[in-house]
Amino acid sequence: MAKSLGPVKRKFSPWTDPSATPFIRFENVTKTYGDFTAVDNLTLDIYEREFFSLLGPSGCGKTTLMRMLAGFEEPTSGRILLQGQDLAGVPPYRRPTNMMFQSYALFPHMTVEKNIAFGLEQDGLQKADIKARVEEMLKLVKLEPFAKRKPAQLSGGQRQRVALARSLAKQPKVLLLDEPLGALDRKLREETQFELMDIQHTLGLTFLIVTHDQEEAMTVSDRIAVMDKGVIVQVATPAEIYEAPNCRYVADFIGDINILEGKVTAEGGAPVSPGHPPVMTLVSEGLQIAVEQECPAAVGDAVAFAVRPEKVRISLDQPADTAVNAAHGEVWDIGYLGDFSVFLVKLDDGRIIRAAQANVSRLVDRPITYGDKVWLKWPLDAGLVLTR
Amino acid sequence: MAETPTSFAKASPSRWLIVTIPYLWLVLFFAAPFFIIFKISLSDTAIAMPPYEPVFEGFASLGDFLSKLDFENYQSLWGDSLYLSAYLSSLRIAAISTLLLLMIGYPMALAMARAPSTIRPTLMMMVILPFWTSFLIRVYAWIGILKPEGLLTAALHAVGLMAPDQQVEIYRTDYAVFIGIVYSYLPFMVLPLYSALEKLDGTLLEAASDLGCPPWKAFWKITFPLSLPGVIAGSMICFIPITGEFVIPDLLGGPETLMIGRTLWVEFFGNRDWPLASAVAVVLLLALVVPIVIFQNQQQKVR
Repeated sequence: MAKSLGPVKRKFSPWTDPSATPFIRFENVTKTYGDFTAVDNLTLDIYEREFFSLLGPSGCGKTTLMRMLAGFEEPTSGRILLQGQDLAGVPPYRRPTNMMFQSYALFPHMTVEKNIAFGLEQDGLQKADIKARVEEMLKLVKLEPFAKRKPAQLSGGQRQRVALARSLAKQPKVLLLDEPLGALDRKLREETQFELMDIQHTLGLTFLIVTHDQEEAMTVSDRIAVMDKGVIVQVATPAEIYEAPNCRYVADFIGDINILEGKVTAEGGAPVSPGHPPVMTLVSEGLQIAVEQECPAAVGDAVAFAVRPEKVRISLDQPADTAVNAAHGEVWDIGYLGDFSVFLVKLDDGRIIRAAQANVSRLVDRPITYGDKVWLKWPLDAGLVLTR
Repeated sequence: MAETPTSFAKASPSRWLIVTIPYLWLVLFFAAPFFIIFKISLSDTAIAMPPYEPVFEGFASLGDFLSKLDFENYQSLWGDSLYLSAYLSSLRIAAISTLLLLMIGYPMALAMARAPSTIRPTLMMMVILPFWTSFLIRVYAWIGILKPEGLLTAALHAVGLMAPDQQVEIYRTDYAVFIGIVYSYLPFMVLPLYSALEKLDGTLLEAASDLGCPPWKAFWKITFPLSLPGVIAGSMICFIPITGEFVIPDLLGGPETLMIGRTLWVEFFGNRDWPLASAVAVVLLLALVVPIVIFQNQQQKVR
């Protein structure tokens, strides 16, 4: 069955427009529990119709931040503004936000229908209007045949859909999703991610999602905020986060990456061709590395060179130029992922670099195997230098 | 039928023993006495010790023995309005007491369930603590508090809420009976309610609030319906024994406090009409079995 695709994803980047007013604003928000600081003097703007992710390991403060927006927690200091209005002291039941809970929190004594109608009933809508809206929601999440069931009679995926329908029924200004897909298996999770994006585009709502799953955040978000220990480390689009992480923490948290510690040897070298950034060089335990990048540090400073495995070429033959951005080693281990194979190459100096290669042919016996002497090579624009 | 490893055909003797013991217990200490009482209720009084015809006279005179049994005692129960009004009065007192117990016990159980988990064991201990003193002593203590020249009167005099020439007139009234019953049965109401409320998932209330439901409304829409199994269990555990309660109305109640437990006692030991008393007991039992069956069905449905 051909799946109908939502509207074409538009070019959407209000955060680059200095005149745009943020829809949600966290202003120097701090939340402490006793001696523990869950959220530390955090400032963040989220724009209307944005699909925004808070990404980080458990305990980084992302859930606390979301719960403060929903009204379940009050900030210890700082302000939270929604459309310019300070939310301080507004109880959760008067906030125009709705939340999809990690545990779904479906009312076990009510049918699917009643669960979805719950929020609408609180608004004192007409019976007929509620009924129509519930039917619309059931259709949206494809649960029409299950309207009369109780949550206990549904599968995990169905319960998740009820939770989504219930939180969408009131058409909240902001939908908060707390690890919404955590309990689903991989296949269902992927499908649901795309459905969520569809729904968000169709309804034109602002979504704020909390997740520790970087793949999920990458797939669905317009922007991602990577959090660590109560602070935001980087806020950027998924591509920026992946290709231009601003520190070792983000680089390491998102995807797979090789990090080589080294020292700057030269900055501001001549660009390869006009329009390209200048070339800087560094040395990492004898390995000469050249990078197309404005040098973020001075000559002699300790920095890290980070390069993603898929940008490192692996070959049995010696490349033409082995002076820079090249390393020699032995295949230590191979991870076969189906679409990709990841080679763990032990360099002659003992360090391990990962190189990924797309499996473009159906050969079962790869030409490169355990113990092979191999060369690694990467272009000038493959990696980047991190100072933090 | 497929044989399962746990089927009774293959069960070990120790397994049989475990299942049999409670049934044996019930037969010995419930079914057997009940049939004796039932038989006595069908026979007549006799000038004897004990004051009723022998329960069983051997198989030889079985026919003659059976022919002497009749429902005369039950007819007289029906005929005398005293018994009917005693039953109804018992049910009324039990119903009002259960309602009072719910109204007092529910907030207590809710507060316990919402208390920080570190102090919950202490609160639980405080609910159970009265059991460490004999029930009779605790009811007698209430006499000391409620009697006209008792502690309550003294306390009210001391704080000036009552004129010195007046006394509290609670002792030997229905009020004293309600106070005694509610006091004695409160733990039996609080504990099942607490266990139901403690299981309640707090995020459900957050979800209700998130969807626009203020807390007081969420209580009636979420908390109360989900605690119903506890409400039913607590009410049954209290209502059934209160209906047959004897000690509390006897010690605290007045002459007009009519309860079937007391009537039963008077028939047995005052009038020494054991057959009639037995009939009263059998009817009481039947009146209580009905709610138990309803309760069981309810529990089954919950599962």
